[in-house]
Amino acid sequence: MNLLLILPVLLPLLTGATLLALARPALRTARVLSVASATAQLAVAVTLFTTAADGLILSYAVGDWPAPFGITLLLDRLSSLMVLLTALLALFALLHALGGVDGRGAGFHALFQFQLLGLNGAFLTGDVFNLFVFFEILLIASYTLLLHGGGASRTRAGLHYVVLNLVGSSLFLIAVGVLYGVLGTLNMADLAARLAAVPATDIMLVESAGLLLLVVFGLKSALVPLHFWLVPAYSSATAPVAALFAIMTKVGVYAIVRVYTLMFGAALVGPWLLWGALVTLAVAGIGVLASRELRTQVAWLVVFSVGTLLTGVSLFTGMGISGALYYLVHTTLVSGGLFLLADLIGAQRREGTYLTSGEYPAARQWLAVLFLVGAIAAAGLPPTSGFIGKVLVLQAGLESPEVTWLWTTILVGSFTVLLALSRAGSVIFWKSNRPPAAAAPHWLGSVPAAVLVSAGLWLALVGGPLTAYTDATAVQLLSRGTYVSAVLGHVKEAP
Amino acid sequence: MEALVALAIGVLVGCGVYLLLRRHSFSVVFGLVLLSYGTNLFLFAMGRLNTHREPLVSLPGPYTDPLPQALVLTAIVIGFAMTAFVLVLALRARGMLGSDRVDGRRGDE
Repeated sequence: MNLLLILPVLLPLLTGATLLALARPALRTARVLSVASATAQLAVAVTLFTTAADGLILSYAVGDWPAPFGITLLLDRLSSLMVLLTALLALFALLHALGGVDGRGAGFHALFQFQLLGLNGAFLTGDVFNLFVFFEILLIASYTLLLHGGGASRTRAGLHYVVLNLVGSSLFLIAVGVLYGVLGTLNMADLAARLAAVPATDIMLVESAGLLLLVVFGLKSALVPLHFWLVPAYSSATAPVAALFAIMTKVGVYAIVRVYTLMFGAALVGPWLLWGALVTLAVAGIGVLASRELRTQVAWLVVFSVGTLLTGVSLFTGMGISGALYYLVHTTLVSGGLFLLADLIGAQRREGTYLTSGEYPAARQWLAVLFLVGAIAAAGLPPTSGFIGKVLVLQAGLESPEVTWLWTTILVGSFTVLLALSRAGSVIFWKSNRPPAAAAPHWLGSVPAAVLVSAGLWLALVGGPLTAYTDATAVQLLSRGTYVSAVLGHVKEAP
Repeated sequence: MEALVALAIGVLVGCGVYLLLRRHSFSVVFGLVLLSYGTNLFLFAMGRLNTHREPLVSLPGPYTDPLPQALVLTAIVIGFAMTAFVLVLALRARGMLGSDRVDGRRGDE
């Protein structure tokens, strides 16, 4: 049974390697292999999800090396939720890419699979250095995917993105080095157990490593002031890549949740995170309002969602983490869908995604309905899941001493998002009066975007079971002892 | 020896950060290289500095920690690949944007 745990890592690895070994296979072959692999990954992810939903923590020792020495893969409620989310988003982003984006450069499908390998690995690993390795895998795949299709703006955004992330990797290594130097282990569960008994003289060293990790994960998740790379990169990437990147910032959020609930605790990073998240919300609110292009606007929405997420996480309470996780599922799917939708709109009018009046999109009514659903979900209006997620985070914020700032920033920020999106929608669909030169494409092409955008509705329908699941996840995360004993056996119990 | 290694790491990282903040992409790439050298040296030193000791527990006598050596090898390989990639990317940006400045602008505008 535990062998199933390594499949989300093995499947994309083998598919990607096969695609490389075939040396420029026919596009058709590559598509069939890639979609088959993504579907299989979704099936595996659903199986893992149902297993972890019972509250079991499964671990798999790679190469059968026992826990503190070898690399451990670990499945709990949080990681299974993230793997399922990745598989779901990846499948629809891939289906959208079949519309022609994948043929614009070599190796799209192989890189896509390697990106999934890095993502799944980062969510499943229970080892800090291994987390670094999977980060590097997903980053190098993302560097090349970002450049897919070529062009000057992509190259410039790509250079900044690569350099910033390489600096981040160096910081990550330094933090890992300090942790190993002081505690003598890299296994997360073992680290958690040893951190509880660290001598007082070394506490400053360990805490500085913890804060250094916050900088690294903050860079990955685009926490202000480490967000400058995101908007140019995401808005210049091709649509399926940008949609898949919607989960990349969540890798940073996942790492923050995992590392600080398990190892360092709330006191070290809570205040930093809360204020960082609130400033992120303010900056992203202005960014959304100031965008002159729909793609840029959606990229700012990703930054905005990171602010909301990390506000919930920074409280480190059951309610805060649960609300943030629900919002995470919602925002990943919806912003992925909005990137795909912006691509459809841009392809059907001469002005592209620029927010100026001119031609309306060829399939005006259908796209307008989709945009409406996506916009109210992103702005957080009822009856969508964005509303539920935001209410959960706001409710959790009631326990925080900074409740005034928290409520004001989230509510004013959401209002600016609402304002900006209604302006964007009315310019594209109402104020544009000229009929488009392009003919309306086949409706099948808009299905992936429709499914992802309508996540705002169907996630609200399954809101009850999903919040019950995220509540249970938060409880599991906050009881460190279960994680530690699941990995190390019942030798050591963290307090 | 500790002081010497610490000084070397400090100088490497310091120079790396200085070069990273420069305007031209060549300096930035060079800064990345120096930074990763400093990091690798640091990673190596985290297993404590020992001389004339085997990284084997089975031999008699004191031994040195083999894990940082394995980690630093991984880091070197990854760093090497990333440097190659960023060099190619910088060259491509130079060709496409007609400028070797990080912001892609030409001349001294």
